[in-house]
Amino acid sequence: MIRIEARPQPSAVMAYATPVLAVVLTMIFGGALFAVLGKDPFEAIATIFWEPIFGEFAFFYRPQLLIKGAPLVLIAIGLALGFRAGIWNIGAEGQYIVGAICGAGAGLAFYPTESVLIFPLMVLAGALGGWAWAMIPGVLKVKFGTNEILVSLMLVYVAEQLLASMSLGLLKNPEGFGFPGSRNLQQYPSAHNAEIIAGTGMHWGVVAALIAVIFAYVLLTRHRLGFAIRVTGEAPRAAKFGGVNPGRLVLFCLGMSGLLAGLAGMFEVAGPAGQISIDFNVGYGFTAIIVAFLGRLNPLGIVAAGLLMALTYIGGDIAQSQLGLPAAAIQVFQGMLLFFLLALDVLTNYRVRFGAAEVA
Amino acid sequence: MDLSAINPILLIAAMIAAATPILLAAIGELVVERAGVLNLGVEGMMITGAVCGFIIAVNTGSPTVGFIAAAVGGAVLSLLFAFLTQVALANQVASGLALTLFGLGLSSLMGQSYVGIKPPRAEATPLGPLAEIPIIGPILFGHDLMVYLGLGIVAATWAVLKFTRMGLVLRAVGENHDAAHALGYKVKRIRTLAILFGGACAGLGGAYISLIRVPQWTEGMTAGVGWIALALVVFASWKPWRVLLGAYLFGGITQLQLNLQGAGVAIPVEYLAMSPYIVTIIVLVILSADKSRAPGSLGRTFHASG
Amino acid sequence: MKLTTLLASAALALGLAGGAMAQDKTKVGFVYVGPVGDGGWTYEHDQGRLAVEAEFGDQVETVFVENVAEGPDSERVMTQMALDGADLIFTTSFGYMDPTNNVAAKFPDVKFEHATGYKRLHPNVSTYSARFYEGRAIQGHIAGNMTKSNIIGYIGSFPIPEVIRGINSAYVHAKKVNPDVEFKIIWVYTWFDPAKEADAAKTLIDQGADVVLQHTDSTAPQAAAQEAGGVVTFGQASDMGQYAPFPRVSSIIDDWAPYYIARTRAVMEGTWESQDTWDGIGAGMVGIGEITDAVPADVREEALALKAALADGSYHAFTGPLNKQDGSPFLADGETADDGTLAGMNFYVEGIEGDIPQ
Repeated sequence: MIRIEARPQPSAVMAYATPVLAVVLTMIFGGALFAVLGKDPFEAIATIFWEPIFGEFAFFYRPQLLIKGAPLVLIAIGLALGFRAGIWNIGAEGQYIVGAICGAGAGLAFYPTESVLIFPLMVLAGALGGWAWAMIPGVLKVKFGTNEILVSLMLVYVAEQLLASMSLGLLKNPEGFGFPGSRNLQQYPSAHNAEIIAGTGMHWGVVAALIAVIFAYVLLTRHRLGFAIRVTGEAPRAAKFGGVNPGRLVLFCLGMSGLLAGLAGMFEVAGPAGQISIDFNVGYGFTAIIVAFLGRLNPLGIVAAGLLMALTYIGGDIAQSQLGLPAAAIQVFQGMLLFFLLALDVLTNYRVRFGAAEVA
Repeated sequence: MDLSAINPILLIAAMIAAATPILLAAIGELVVERAGVLNLGVEGMMITGAVCGFIIAVNTGSPTVGFIAAAVGGAVLSLLFAFLTQVALANQVASGLALTLFGLGLSSLMGQSYVGIKPPRAEATPLGPLAEIPIIGPILFGHDLMVYLGLGIVAATWAVLKFTRMGLVLRAVGENHDAAHALGYKVKRIRTLAILFGGACAGLGGAYISLIRVPQWTEGMTAGVGWIALALVVFASWKPWRVLLGAYLFGGITQLQLNLQGAGVAIPVEYLAMSPYIVTIIVLVILSADKSRAPGSLGRTFHASG
Repeated sequence: MKLTTLLASAALALGLAGGAMAQDKTKVGFVYVGPVGDGGWTYEHDQGRLAVEAEFGDQVETVFVENVAEGPDSERVMTQMALDGADLIFTTSFGYMDPTNNVAAKFPDVKFEHATGYKRLHPNVSTYSARFYEGRAIQGHIAGNMTKSNIIGYIGSFPIPEVIRGINSAYVHAKKVNPDVEFKIIWVYTWFDPAKEADAAKTLIDQGADVVLQHTDSTAPQAAAQEAGGVVTFGQASDMGQYAPFPRVSSIIDDWAPYYIARTRAVMEGTWESQDTWDGIGAGMVGIGEITDAVPADVREEALALKAALADGSYHAFTGPLNKQDGSPFLADGETADDGTLAGMNFYVEGIEGDIPQ
């Protein structure tokens, strides 16, 4: 009989060992999958994990890791704050979209005026857009006790339709021959979120992600509010007695996560993506939820998890083109990685006991 | 504009057929959520059901066997979720999202050699003269068997939840797992069974798309129906009959929208498409003031300590 | 995050193993927006890729990445292909337009071919597209003859010039043979969503359409028509021959193979130049699938004659006199539409009811 029982203290060893173990297990099972598909498993895994960081063209892929990882980290940091307090914003995808629409809209409103004020204004608009979108579930929860998981999820679909409407209507490029999609902000210098140092992948979104990580780290470890967040998550009743205002905390956590998701969307649309289009969102908001959990809701862990996810995307695309692996196989591989990471996490907080339960 | 082109009888009949996949997936998820588990992997289980059902139906020539395989396929995938959340105590939101990712990938791998094949045709239900009755006939009796099975599952779920001990236990587990545990109920076992039921229903819903509604196999063909099913459960405030109503409403808005376009009415498609979600949010707000609300333990991990 | 502390020696060892492949082969990359198993748009591009392999055998190596999101992901994939030594890269979705030009700027020695776009900012970028509206003319002709209810349903994806052009072309030619014909247009706002396409087809059929044309990529409308019985359809993007001889009576096939082979050859021979290709039936880029026996013999003959006239250029699908929907003149008697007007077409021709959604 196998049982699991709670550890008195989370195991520090396991906290570091389980992610490594999960990656190893994924390599074994994923390798088996690739072998079944008739590919050399060692080559495939080396292509996914090694090639982007240490391969011949690492000088190109390493910056790409930042570009792909930054929005994930930025969103996941905000989500983690809420998750720690037991506040479940799963609608970051919607906040990301609205942030992008607001940010791009603010910039395009001034087209073709050039001014140094435009980009800061876009940042502000993007942040506000995401914040406002997240405040809908926030206010509803505080005022009516409405479940924020469901409201925030519903608002993702509303945002997607809004995005379609914007790309086909209001924000459509007037010089685009009737095709859907806005003007390309990369070609509008005042609005372009360009690389700060060319070739490094370091754009303002990456900087924002780093600031957010430091901010979250300090908040959670040093600040009273961070303490309130942790206590609320672990012992809601104690928090209440301790003077934590739950309503305010809900508004803060949802607002913060929406703000960061909105920023991520804005930096993405002004930089790497360049334009609002019907398929602008590629699921960063949902992937970030996974990233937040893989990072154990810890700011530094989230950075690692975000880069790991980015690595599997980039390495996966390389494996597709170099080895002819189907995209679906990469998807299954990522799914396995997530399963193992999630499943093995249990070892951090619990231990597995073999044998019959001892009589109490 | 020519509204007379819209035949209300055919419109209602089309709504009923269009609602079936959402209905099947949603009633399964309803049971899962009543047991206190939030499984966001509905889309992944649906698409897996769609491909399993398709492969088996093509190889056996029998849509019925295909549907059984779809239910099994969906349930097997959900077992993975059950393991993660009930045994390994992983977070349900993250596990559900991972399940969708995995299901989408797995299904397209499995279905690679089935693109462009026509599945065997599902027979219409032989209700004979009933279907000939004017107005009611085409609306109520002109459908395939799965439509009636869907209705049957809704009715059965309602009856079981309301009148049986099993239903009582399930609800108790969902409302307060600690109390249910203290009363001696096997929380994890009950939840695992609920998850399996949800997976099987989602699988059936997926197969309805690949075997009857479309019918063909293509990657990603469920195209977000699973997410709508999740919204629907909330919209229905976790009550089986309201799931039915909601499924017709959700399916109906799409049908109505298409019909109005065909009749030449200029409508803002995007805004109509977002309306079910906005309505769901409004319903949620109204419900929050009402007594009927989300199961108490929804989404929380249970581990018997001590 | 110690990206800088690298195991330099290990990197070198592996880099060598992965890099230097046979240089004498011409390497051709394809970037796909959907899965190769979509049975439509991406599937046909992949058929073109396979045709290139079949044509040149050992002289070429082709690579592809499927399901590539438009935006930064596509830019990365193109760069990766260029780094891996691709000589020619086909990017097969409109949304890849700016990424293609961005990457082309960085790799002046690599040739880029962007499908359905209009931007050629660098001498190593070409654009190509197909005159699908020529095929629509033939469909319109058959549809106008075949309909008994005089109602033709049309499933549109997005209200963009490409789709509007097709609707106009089909309408003009249906009207020519059947003055009573009426078009019912439903926009589904997706290129590929089988369930929604099926619903749209059923709606059109329920509203009396007995011919359904589609500008979406799945076979769902075909199946809906078969279920309803007595409804005529046409294959879109690929032949959809599994629904022949009825309801599918003919089809428009995206045949990229001749173009892909020609452009690959141009790269091999060093004759590749930046150009804008807009080919139709004549060049073989638009294929017309077999017209089945379900179509009366005389109609089939006319349709084939129309096809021949479109192919040799003796007839243009948009030939005046034609008016716009609002009654203002579009083309004078005998005048043909120029490519600029066609490329940006954002109006219906006279006779089509309803508004283009904005």
